[in-house]
Amino acid sequence: MTETLAIEAVGVEKTYGDTHALAGLDLSVAAGTILGLLGPNGAGKTTAVRVLTTLLVPDRGWARVAGFDVVAEADRVRRCIGLAGQSAALDECLTGRANLIMVGRLSRLSGRQARQRADELLSRFDLTDAGDRGVKTYSGGMRRRLDLAASLVATPRVLFLDEPTTGLDPRSRQVMWDVIRTLVADGTTVLLTTQYLDEADQLADRIAVVDQGRVIASGTSAELKAQIGGERVAIMVAPESDLLVARDVLARYAGPNGVVQVDHETRTVTAPVPGGARCLTGLVADLAAAGVLLDDLSLQRPSLDDVFLSLTGHATADPVPPQMERELV
Amino acid sequence: MTTVSFPLSRFENESWTARLWWAAKNTVVLAGRSIARIAREPEQLLDVTIQPVIFVLLFTYVFGSAIHLPGGGSYHQYLIGGMFGMSMAGSAPGTAVGISADMATGLIDRFRSLPMARSAVLAGRTIADLMTQVIGCVVLVATGLAVGWGIHRGIGDAVLAIALSLLMAFAMTWAGACAGMLLRNPEAAQAIGFIVFLPLAFVSNAFVPTQGMPTWLRAVANWNPLSAVAASCRQLFGNPNPAALEHVWPMQHPELATVIWSIALIAVFAPAAVYLYRRKALR
Repeated sequence: MTETLAIEAVGVEKTYGDTHALAGLDLSVAAGTILGLLGPNGAGKTTAVRVLTTLLVPDRGWARVAGFDVVAEADRVRRCIGLAGQSAALDECLTGRANLIMVGRLSRLSGRQARQRADELLSRFDLTDAGDRGVKTYSGGMRRRLDLAASLVATPRVLFLDEPTTGLDPRSRQVMWDVIRTLVADGTTVLLTTQYLDEADQLADRIAVVDQGRVIASGTSAELKAQIGGERVAIMVAPESDLLVARDVLARYAGPNGVVQVDHETRTVTAPVPGGARCLTGLVADLAAAGVLLDDLSLQRPSLDDVFLSLTGHATADPVPPQMERELV
Repeated sequence: MTTVSFPLSRFENESWTARLWWAAKNTVVLAGRSIARIAREPEQLLDVTIQPVIFVLLFTYVFGSAIHLPGGGSYHQYLIGGMFGMSMAGSAPGTAVGISADMATGLIDRFRSLPMARSAVLAGRTIADLMTQVIGCVVLVATGLAVGWGIHRGIGDAVLAIALSLLMAFAMTWAGACAGMLLRNPEAAQAIGFIVFLPLAFVSNAFVPTQGMPTWLRAVANWNPLSAVAASCRQLFGNPNPAALEHVWPMQHPELATVIWSIALIAVFAPAAVYLYRRKALR
């Protein structure tokens, strides 16, 4: 069984004082796939990654990575994994190239192999020009790319990425996503933690939703979306048009069990649309044919808040400090 | 693209000699890292370059004239041996700051997730700090010669004196490594330098002969490892060494005392520092 599972965790617990950072975490990730570990700040994602990468010994439970026990065979695990953490784990005073060579030498590459690998990775991550500059001078996106490059020096079989795009601007984020996609195409198993539903959606084969140190739901993106209701359309109808006509048109797209909600106050009708964005052209054409004028039309994707509300009945806000809340939406 | 793959079987059942060789290679890589950092930021060398010069000038010209040596002799000749003792203690706070700064960054998580020897992060740092102390010794010798100090025995004895003080410096960096592991931030580690290592340097014969101290303090000073270093240096340089008049074992056999002190400090602090480093996994 362990041959096909790259990551396996059973009942992992880690407690700090009164805080149960991990309260019986179970995970299994098939080799060559990406698991997205989705949850708000404080859910236990980073603690989970630290246990799986041998940085932290769990209080209870066990975990195997690449077939090796993370506690008893920690050194073997370390030979199979790469880790790119939340804070870029780089030596600020050294150049990008020197950082990669150092990691290579410490990963049992010879000096020549380490230099060659550093050159390869610098060019692959578009850092060749910056390679001989101090990391200090790098932008946030460059640091993340170099950090990811460092985690790949030893061509790990299992790669852990702890919030690889948190704090990045949309463009750098897109670049990271492309990089991660190419990695998995090479057969690497990836465990990725994220606070962003769309990130998990874009990258992961399977998603495990973590809350208060446990996995509360897991499945493919489609399965989870089905569970939480998927995308919704909201139509704000112009004052001169009939709200109820709009409701009848929208009902055709709402799926067999979809209920159209009508809000007379804001003149808005909303409904879940199983067809997602693809149904919009038809919907707009039908509304036009029915003579409905629109003030606004929006497609609403479920946010992490929606996932949590629907899975746990509580919002993500509980364990999250106020300034973090904005990022979650 | 070339892929680098690891035949895992190659590393199975490694002998302890293979593991030791691997630990040594890791240590060299990490010592190289610390030295490369210094090359990029030479201001890190201030405490082994400018600081000894300032101390030598302060003590020879400000305090020196007021200090009379039992048994006679020039304070200029006396001071340099003490400066070797003082500088060696001075290596510890630097190590503590460096280690605690490393521990505060994500870099240490990267090291800990690599298949490297656990002891190498600490050993690499202490060896790099030892290298900077070599620079410190050169600066000290040059400053001493400039203020009129000289060696009055063979060059071999002088080299032995410097080797002994570097041995103590290495022992002290391990004490610093322990302090760095225990303290949560570099500022606290810096403060430890003043709280522990400065008194250690002053309650010794490094700057003043112990003969003028109250009895209890004199006993502490005579058994201070830095007094042993200072007395060894003075003896081997052929400089005035009033400590030879003290009838306590370390002052009668300062070279042997320096060696024993150094080995004892390394035997205590090196395993303790590595233990503290490993223990990080439990928190």
